[in-house]
This record gives sequence, structure tokens and C-alpha cells, in this order.
Amino acid sequence: MNFNLSKHTKAWLQLYFAFLAIFMLAACSDQNTQSVSQRSIIYCSEGSPETFNPQLVTSGTTIDATSHQLYDRLITYQGADNTIVPALAKSWHVTRDGKKITFYLRKDVSFHATDYFTPSRKLNADDVIFSFNRILDANHPFHNISGGIYPFFQSVEFENLVDSIEKINDYTVRFQLNRADSSFLANLATDFAIILSAEYAQELIERNTMHDIDTHPIGTGPFKLKEYRVGSLIRYYRHENYWQENAQIEQLVYDISPSKTSRLTKLLAKECDVSSYPIAHKKIIERPDLTLDAVTALNIGYYGFNTKKPPFDSKLVRLAVSLAINKQALVDTVYQGEADTAHSILPQTSWAYDKNIPHHEYNPNQARALLEVAGYAQGFTMDLWAMPVQRAYNPNAVTMAKLIQADLKKVGIKVNIVSYEWSTFLRRLAQGEHQSFLLGWSADHPDPDNFFTPMLSCSATETGNNRTFWCNQAYDDLIEKALKTANVADRKSYYAQAMKILHDEKPLLPIAHSKRYQARGVNVKGNILANFGGISFYHVFKQAPSEATTSAATQLEEQQ
Amino acid sequence: MLIFTLRRLSLFVFTMLVLTLLSFSLGFLFPGDAVINLSGQIHATPTQLAELNNAYQADKNFIVQYWAYLSHIVNGDLGLSMSSQTPISSEVLKLLPATIELSLVALMLAMLIGIPLGFIAAIRHNKTSDNVILSVAMLGYSIPVFWLGLLAILLFSITLGWLPSAGRLSLLFEIDMVTGILFFDILLSNSPEKWQAFQDATMHIILPASVVALAPATIFIRLARASMVEVLATSYIRAARAKGLSAQQIIFRHAIRNALIKIIRHVGLQFANLVTIAMVTEVIFSWPGIGRWLIESIYQRDYTAIQSGLLVLSCFIFIVHILTDFFYAALNPLARGKKHGA
Repeated sequence: MNFNLSKHTKAWLQLYFAFLAIFMLAACSDQNTQSVSQRSIIYCSEGSPETFNPQLVTSGTTIDATSHQLYDRLITYQGADNTIVPALAKSWHVTRDGKKITFYLRKDVSFHATDYFTPSRKLNADDVIFSFNRILDANHPFHNISGGIYPFFQSVEFENLVDSIEKINDYTVRFQLNRADSSFLANLATDFAIILSAEYAQELIERNTMHDIDTHPIGTGPFKLKEYRVGSLIRYYRHENYWQENAQIEQLVYDISPSKTSRLTKLLAKECDVSSYPIAHKKIIERPDLTLDAVTALNIGYYGFNTKKPPFDSKLVRLAVSLAINKQALVDTVYQGEADTAHSILPQTSWAYDKNIPHHEYNPNQARALLEVAGYAQGFTMDLWAMPVQRAYNPNAVTMAKLIQADLKKVGIKVNIVSYEWSTFLRRLAQGEHQSFLLGWSADHPDPDNFFTPMLSCSATETGNNRTFWCNQAYDDLIEKALKTANVADRKSYYAQAMKILHDEKPLLPIAHSKRYQARGVNVKGNILANFGGISFYHVFKQAPSEATTSAATQLEEQQ
Repeated sequence: MLIFTLRRLSLFVFTMLVLTLLSFSLGFLFPGDAVINLSGQIHATPTQLAELNNAYQADKNFIVQYWAYLSHIVNGDLGLSMSSQTPISSEVLKLLPATIELSLVALMLAMLIGIPLGFIAAIRHNKTSDNVILSVAMLGYSIPVFWLGLLAILLFSITLGWLPSAGRLSLLFEIDMVTGILFFDILLSNSPEKWQAFQDATMHIILPASVVALAPATIFIRLARASMVEVLATSYIRAARAKGLSAQQIIFRHAIRNALIKIIRHVGLQFANLVTIAMVTEVIFSWPGIGRWLIESIYQRDYTAIQSGLLVLSCFIFIVHILTDFFYAALNPLARGKKHGA
């Protein structure tokens, strides 16, 4: 049976479906959330922070989430050359023997006022003393609160270096050192040396919730914590009484998205403004509404030799093996061109980098000749330990090991690639069971000493950090002299000499300084990435969409 | 109606007992200690363990143990999640509303689109529009939901940039949870950006709800079509035609109402299907609902969460079934006399 509907009914039906369609598309206008989103930034981060106190960790994720957002330091780094400038301390004075350092604090610095704490006073000397005594003094009530481990400060032997911290008056603090150390100021300017509130700590003791000091942070930084949901989000609001100019954005949200593809999707769908560690760089560069930021990080990926074990106890063999490796091919393949080729352990961006350092040459013939002189005319068999995990300084050690294997085969050296689970790998390396290995180092602060002493000094062979077990008195003397002086030109010359020794002795072959990437919408302006340490959203702001499109168009025109 | 209600209630109680028995037995079937599987306390000290054994009557026979388990459930204690060590009942209360919201919106969408299309197909029986609608329905029914979800994200979120790809609401909005149903919570909140948030929540639900709605919508098309064809063939419609009523009058006054009654019975049945689709969709769209949580629990071997989650979810679906039964009975007095439930 068939029914013929009148035009009238047909019209109603059409209206019904049209209404449904309009209803569904109604929200698809671009204006939605604009005014809130204009004042806020959503950052798609790669993981949850372990704590909100950077004193307690060295993990990059935690530092990125906390250090520059929530806190300030006495002094800080500024500019491309990373000079140390005043922060919470408006000035400082170092005595001639380098053992007494006096900081003069700013007077008008407020702590965060949040749902869980309202400060009654401004920053003073007590807060500085509290923050550092927590680390130094094992009997301090807060020392053991989150496990009593302060990895960065322990690695630089802070407690042996600092004898005492005195309060001269409310706004003057003096550090008394056991010996002069020119990296001391650099250490105080790192992301780890943050200033906490002593008043808040006192209140937590009274409330008997001392653990809150690291989970409900109070700092002086440009943002304050509003909400944290593990594995989901961190919500910061602008600190309205910041001692410098207030941050331009009102709200900063960390959208915790551990999956790389979901971060990319959210970036493409404009659900996040900035994304950490992006994938698909080409796709991002192609899009006119996105930009890809890259900075060369202060790190080094290298191929190290165990100088205590044959055949690498012979300098000639180390030189020969280095000459036989086509370093450029390693950088091109493993880092896919996303890294700078290393000429020394020090990155080119460091102020102490010496441009005159000879570059690596690839010369298999000379390598064969050297091997013959060293008594290995027939070649030899050796082990190469490749790290099992992906790190910024070496994203794929196993591939790199295979390339080295192929290169060395050409000069008659047979290479066995060895790999262990990461913690076993590090433990066995520290015990010196290896012949040669692929590893790297990421700097905690831009002072060049952070590369020289922990990686290659004689004392580092004892702590197991110097996995080449290379100990050279001349080198050690140079880096010690460099630490004792505050004169930059002198330090530079000492470090240049030290680099020369490394180049001649070849305890390791520097391979690459990798880059750190970040993607963002073109309308997000201001610097976020630094070439070391954590990110900062203090100077970030959003351009109105119309301006952003115009500037993208201008950029495009400029490129053409 | 009273007897009908009592029958349904007893059916509910009995089915729930069977379900709890099943979930209780899962505690023994999963690897590890049954008491720990039921309570989720993986870091219990020996003293706590003794207390737990006592609370769950672990040394008594199975019937006593089951009774102890049942009393825990009745008191709202579903144990702790093994992975996050938070009480499962609070997690469920937080997550279930999101799933309900998504499923209800999807159901409405499926009904609003599917039923009228089905009716049109029936009215245009064996004509081109009928065939087109049926073919589209067939196509929609055969598309796997995960593929459709990813395709929708690719097209509407990434390429066109119209709709968000993940979550329930932009993280920029701070809305306190009161009812758990986000749209109500937004209306109840005193945030100055209330309307922006409402619009944003609408944007967020469109893609996942449409993906969930597709399969049920196609079923509704076929159901509505079959039911309408059946109604239009009845003698009272023929009589109405013979009396000279216009096509509009017949369809709107007589046919639609009678056809709808038959469809409503199936809505409840479709709901279980819909929740299953919603669970997969939640994973694709990072929708913070119970389905995503349950699937993550399976990945993490969180046995306590799996058994309690399944219990809560099946209980919820069962309640929906009973409610549709009531609704049907209210609309159709003939159904009340039937002795057995649907």
C-alpha cells in the first residue's frame, strides 16, 4: 500500500531534518571558548610530575611542570649566552677568596595566596635559609619528609661545599663555603635551587601535614597551583602579586597526554596550544597554523672506550677506532639530521666552547695504519655496549652500534653488540665490565664544568660516573684551576686546553648534540624552550586570531 | 500494574543475586588471593590482612563468604582499585554519569534520526527513497565503530578543525561536579563562562555521540520501517482509508502512535548494545567514562575494578531494561497482563 504525502507534510519533514542538522552544526562556530582560550594556554605535556618540588628530582617532566612556573631562584640565567642575573636576590657579593657569598634580597616579593595557604608576610632571609637548610641539614624537620634525597645537590656535593648559611639581617643572607668553587653560582641558578616559604612550612608543622610542602606548593613564581589531577591535568592561575610584571596569560593548563599520537591529534585539532616532544615534524612544518620550535640542548651523545681494558688501554687503538668511524653518517641516520655533529664534549652554544678545536676526520686508511703500529695488523674482536633505551642524546643506540659495527669491519675489527636492561646496563658499566659503550650526558646547568668534571675527571672514575675510567692528571689540574678562578677568560683558556687533551687522548668519541623540539600554534608567542633545564610560560601570550593569521601570511610571503 | 511491578522487582533482585554470585566467583578465578582480589588492598600489612580475612569471612565456607561479600556490596564497599588504590565506588560514581550522558545523547540522536527515516521508508515502501534509506542503514550498520571513530576524528577534528577530538569539556573550564551529568553541572555552576562551557561541552559530545548513535540508528530505521509497514497493512488503517481520511490524517493520527509502541520495547534492548559501543568509543575519544576505565583496568590487570565495574555496568543496563518495560506497559495496557518479562 502506498501513501502519497501532501506537499505540506513533505515540507514539515524537510524542516525536521534541517532542524536536526542545524542543531548538530550549531556549535561548530569558531567563536566558542574564544574569550577564555584567549587568556589561557593549554600545554600538552608528556607525563605527570612526581612532585611539585624541583629540589627532590632531576626528571625533566617534573622540572618542566614546576620549576619556572611556581618558583623563583636567588639568581637566574638570562640571554643566549646564559649569563647569571639577579632574581630574588637583587645583588650579591663574592669575597676575594671566593669562600663567602652574600646575597641581598628584594624586599617586595610575595608568596602565592591559594586555597590552602594565605601568606602573612613577604619573602625574607628565613625563607632562603629554610630552603637550603632543608637540603643541607640532616636534622632539619623537613629534610626527610619526601625521602631525604636531593639528587642534584648530592651530585654536586653541595653539603661538602657549603659550610653554613647565616642570616645577616632580614634581607641579607651569607653562604660560607669550605672552598672556592666558581660553579657555585651556576648551581644556585639552576632549576633545582628554588626558594620555598618558611612561613608555610611552619603552618604545615602546626597542621601536622608536613608532606603538603611538596604536593601543595607555595612559591613566589609567576603562576600558582589551583588543581592537580594525577594523569589528567595541572591547572595554574596567574600569580597576581608577582614581583615582576605579571604573566600575560591568566590560566595555564597542562593536559597530561603520554601518548605521542594523542598529543599530535590534540595539537592538530587545536585542543592544545603547545605540545611537548612532537612527532611528525614534517606535517607540523607543512601546516600554516603551526610552528615547530627547536633548540640545541646542552647534551652530548658519545662513543666511549674503557681505557683500563685492552685493547683500548692503548691510545693508538682509540685513535684508530675513532678515525674508522664515519661520524657524519651516524648523525644523519640515527638523529635524522635533527642534531648538531659534536666536535668536543662541550656543545657549540656553551661560552667555553673553543672554535679552534680540530674536527673529527673519517679516514679508514689512516686507521688501518695506526692499528698496524699498535700491533693489531690483523684486527681484533671487541664488545660494544649499546644502551637499550631512547634518550634525547641518543634516540637509537642499537642502530648506531650496527653502523659502527659496519664501519669497523672495514678496518678488520669485529664488533659484538651487547645490550642489557637499562639499570643492569648502567650498573655493569659502572663496574667496568665493558670494552666500549654508547652513552650520553645531559647538562643540569650551562656552566661548562658540568661536562668536564662529572664525565671525565679522576674522581668520577671512583663514583662510577666516568665510564671510560680515563684518569689524566694534566686534565684534572686544568679543570680544577678553571673552577677556582672566577675570571671567564682564564676559565675559557683552561677549558680549551682540557678539550685539546681530550681530542688527543680520545677517551671517547663525541658524536652529537641533539635538539629539543616543541610544536605550537602560530598565535602562541613568546619563548618557552631553553637550551637546558625546564620550560617557562612566564613570557608566553596569545595573539588575537586575526593578527595571527596576518602574521602567518606575512611569514609565508617572506619565505616565498 | 502492581503485580507487573512486583514481578519486575523480583526478577531484578534475582538477576542481581546471580550477577553478584558471578562477580564473587571471579575473585577466586582471577590469579592471586581471593580476599585481595575482592578488596583490592595489594599493600596490606599482616594486621590489615587479618582484618580483611575477618571482614570477608575467608576462613568460613563459601556461603558465609558470599554473604560477607554481599553485605560489603550492599554497604557500597566495592573494594579498592588495585592500580590507583582509590575506592571503586567513588570512581564509579564519578565515571558512570559520563557514560550515561554519552549513551543517552546517542540514544536520543539515534531515535530522532532513525525512527522518522524508518517511517519515511515504510510510507515510501518499495520506492527509491525506501531503497536508499535501507542501503544507507545497511552500510551504517556494517561500519566497525573504532574505524568510524578514527575516521571522524581525522575528518572533523584534524582536517576540518570543526570539532574537538578528545575529552568531555575543554580543560580551561572549571566546573564542579554535582550531578555528574556535565550539562546539568554547567547549568548549576556559577562560573561566568557558563554559556561558553555549555557550548564547548556540546561540541565535545557531537562526534562521540554520533559515532555511538550510528549503529542503533540503523537498527531503529529497520525497526520503525518494519513496524510501520505492519501497522499500515492492518485492517483499521484500510478502514480509515476507505472512510476517506487523508494520508496525513491516517499516518499522524493512527499509524505513528501504534508503530511507536512496538519500537519502544526495543529501545531497552538496544541500550545494552549502545553501552557496548559507547565503551569502545570512550577509548577512541578519551571520554572519561566507565567504559574507558574498565578497558584500562583490563590492561592493568586490576581485578577488583574489573569485577566491580562489570557488576555496576550490568546492573545499570538491567535497570534500563526494567524502566523501558515499565514505560512500555504504561503506554500499552495489553502488555501488563503478560506473565513474563521481556
